Amino acid sequence: MSKNGQKNGDQIAIEVYSADGYDFVEEIASEPGGESIRSCHQCGVCSGSCPNVLWMDYSPRKIIALTRAGKRKEVLSSNSMWCCATCHLCTVRCPRGIEMPELMHVLESIAIREGLAGRVSAPTMQRTLVNAAKRQGRVHELGLMGRFFLRTNPLAALKIAPVGLKLLLHGRLPLRAEKIEGTDQLRAIVKEAQKIEGAE
Amino acid sequence: MKQYSYFPGCSLKSTAVAYDESVRAISASLGIELIELEDWNCCGTTAYSSIDRLESIAVPCRDLALAEKKGLDLVTPCTACFRTFERVNSHLKLYPFLKPKVDKVLAAAGLEYHGQVKVRHLVDVLINDVGVEAIASKVVNPLHGLRVAAYYGCLLVRPRVAFDDPENPESLDGLLKSLGAEVVPFPAKSRCCGGSLVISNVDLALGLIQRILESADSNGAEAIVTVCPLCQLNLDAYQGMVNSRFGTKFSLPILFLSQLLGTALGIKPKALGFDRGIVSPDKVLAGHLQESVR
Repeated sequence: MSKNGQKNGDQIAIEVYSADGYDFVEEIASEPGGESIRSCHQCGVCSGSCPNVLWMDYSPRKIIALTRAGKRKEVLSSNSMWCCATCHLCTVRCPRGIEMPELMHVLESIAIREGLAGRVSAPTMQRTLVNAAKRQGRVHELGLMGRFFLRTNPLAALKIAPVGLKLLLHGRLPLRAEKIEGTDQLRAIVKEAQKIEGAE
Repeated sequence: MKQYSYFPGCSLKSTAVAYDESVRAISASLGIELIELEDWNCCGTTAYSSIDRLESIAVPCRDLALAEKKGLDLVTPCTACFRTFERVNSHLKLYPFLKPKVDKVLAAAGLEYHGQVKVRHLVDVLINDVGVEAIASKVVNPLHGLRVAAYYGCLLVRPRVAFDDPENPESLDGLLKSLGAEVVPFPAKSRCCGGSLVISNVDLALGLIQRILESADSNGAEAIVTVCPLCQLNLDAYQGMVNSRFGTKFSLPILFLSQLLGTALGIKPKALGFDRGIVSPDKVLAGHLQESVR
């Protein structure tokens, strides 16, 4: 796979529902929101509407085409879904009613589960946020940013430090993290959800 | 006084504390009582649905279960929280197979949720419950001469909303005009600010932020008005970075709707959190803040 997804992507034939594609499509379709992948007729309005398409290895339309063609590894290890800001401009324009961001999130969750999301830093940010959400019940933005940069690129923190400092000086980054009383309820929710998902 | 369960969300406790302060400050004048949902937990935002699909429904369901017991509409000023809860409700309706799973998960925490909570964004409550005319009738300090760009962002109006257009929304324009402000044309009014991508992909986000600032600035806006904590943070705190990256000289204060609303209602600037802005609004609002009467 060349770095230039645009060019390379054009050369890949779109085999709608190839044998490999069938399994991959079924896997995605079993998740809420994922079933819409069957409705796409490849018009490309999503790609034309996306504000971040130029940053993506494959445009949203190509992601669907590649998925149906069974290009599992190419899709899951691409950066496309991690560039999606969930702005839903594609959703409201899609003539087939597909919620592309929801589909992108399904792909993200599979990529994370299979360890294919290593090349981008967005998953680290999301995992850091989610860990705080389920352990403390509150997200502490200063702690979130600190942990994110420590885990990804501590040097990049320098670039962003002036922003953090300004926020701090304007009373917008409390130093202390909040924690809710019902953390035991959150623990029970997460444990039970994992039990159900593990059984499937 | 109409009562609501109030869900501030994590951002309103930190980077958007001015939003929380100003919303609480205006509520009484508008005849609404916001009762903070006791021991609410983080909704998990869209990030959670990338990490774990079932948990991303079940964790915010704890809040909905707590709110259902109170029997009031759940109102949040945060568009990301609003969209997360709206997604939970619509998923539970669209995908009946989720219901028994979610029931089981909640039962493990001694909770239950029957899908009855009406989740509302603050803007929805202001426009449809309080009403633009009623708000206009309470204005004691009209914002005459103030040129603002009304910024809706993405998630207030997308993927679906009952009270406005998803690409060319106008509800905030009307509300701001009723306060006496001049609303400039703003083609980027519902374009994306990048949201949390500003942390994981700052170069991408800076480009999006630049385009929004440029659109407001070139149309003569003196300030941008927003109803989302993430939009405010990105346009305000990263404006300096945009200026050095793109060689621009933007100096646009990014105000929460509730801050301007409070000013028009005559509430003291101190109660509205204006000093939290990184791009100071003092110059732009000078004439208006001195006239505060309450």
